[in-house]
Amino acid sequence: MKYTCIFLMALCMGLVHAREAVSLVDDPIEEARLVHISQELRCLVCQNESLSSSRAELADDLRREVRDLIRANKSDQEIKDFLVSRYGDFVLYRPEVKPLTWVLWFGPFVVLLIAGIFLLVYLRQRRATVQPQVLSDNERARVEQLLKD
Amino acid sequence: MKKVFIPLVFFFGLVIFLAIGLNRDPREIPSPLIGKAAPAFNLVTLESDKTFSPEQMLGKVWMFNVWATWCVACREEHPVLVAFAEKNQVPIVGLSYKEIQPQDPAAKQSDAVKLQVARERSALWLQRHGNPYTTSVMDLDGRVGIQYGVYGVPETYVIDQQGVIRFKHVGAVTPQLLAEKILPLMQNLGKS
Repeated sequence: MKYTCIFLMALCMGLVHAREAVSLVDDPIEEARLVHISQELRCLVCQNESLSSSRAELADDLRREVRDLIRANKSDQEIKDFLVSRYGDFVLYRPEVKPLTWVLWFGPFVVLLIAGIFLLVYLRQRRATVQPQVLSDNERARVEQLLKD
Repeated sequence: MKKVFIPLVFFFGLVIFLAIGLNRDPREIPSPLIGKAAPAFNLVTLESDKTFSPEQMLGKVWMFNVWATWCVACREEHPVLVAFAEKNQVPIVGLSYKEIQPQDPAAKQSDAVKLQVARERSALWLQRHGNPYTTSVMDLDGRVGIQYGVYGVPETYVIDQQGVIRFKHVGAVTPQLLAEKILPLMQNLGKS
């Protein structure tokens, strides 16, 4: 009985064809570019999500738009420029470095520098005012006594 | 004594910074389209198969309002627009934005059927709530919306005689906004 079963199963093996998973997209290169570009773009509806991860409807539409632009042989920069011209610098996760965004790019470093200067000045002043304490003979004797115990 | 004030100044500086930052509406994104030519398009209208394009409005100051029957904020805005259109003779062009949403049963139909369903639904809605629009154009796939940087319906634009976008507002317009900003702007533009 057992062997008949195994035999039948072995017969069935020929009927099963496994195939490579079919890609859902027509053009993998186009899709890779879409993912690459849309990771750099912000979804305007859920503002903390990138265009590639957002499931908002507008994100779908914008991805379709980007896909069309890829098909029209536009460069990444041209595609980003188009979206910036419509939605502003806000769509870019990494805004361009220009006078308007200087504060954004360099502000933190300026703050760090100021904080560093303050710290330095503070430490210098402290060193000048705080005298190192010297123990008297009496105190030293007591410390030794305590450590022995 | 002076040293005590330094952290205090810092603290208040921070408070002021946060107070400004937290009171701003993160949905208000400054539009790069202000001062730029209104993107061209050519779409069929709600009323007929005649198409509308912004070129036809050259020489006029007009309002461009993005709406949809599924949009909740539009319902709030609509009576304000209707009252405004009754009182002031300014052309308001509506953009019926993506009337057929993806989850809509009609979404699977052909484009012709979708257009018909969208027209019927929008016309009924305007009949019920009043129609402030000179004409409404049908942007079923939302492409014109993207051209205008639409990301939240309703949105309102003011476009001048030369076809340049002069103002944009995201969200429902209020009587106050109309009276204090949009109307004076339109009147000013009308004079020039």
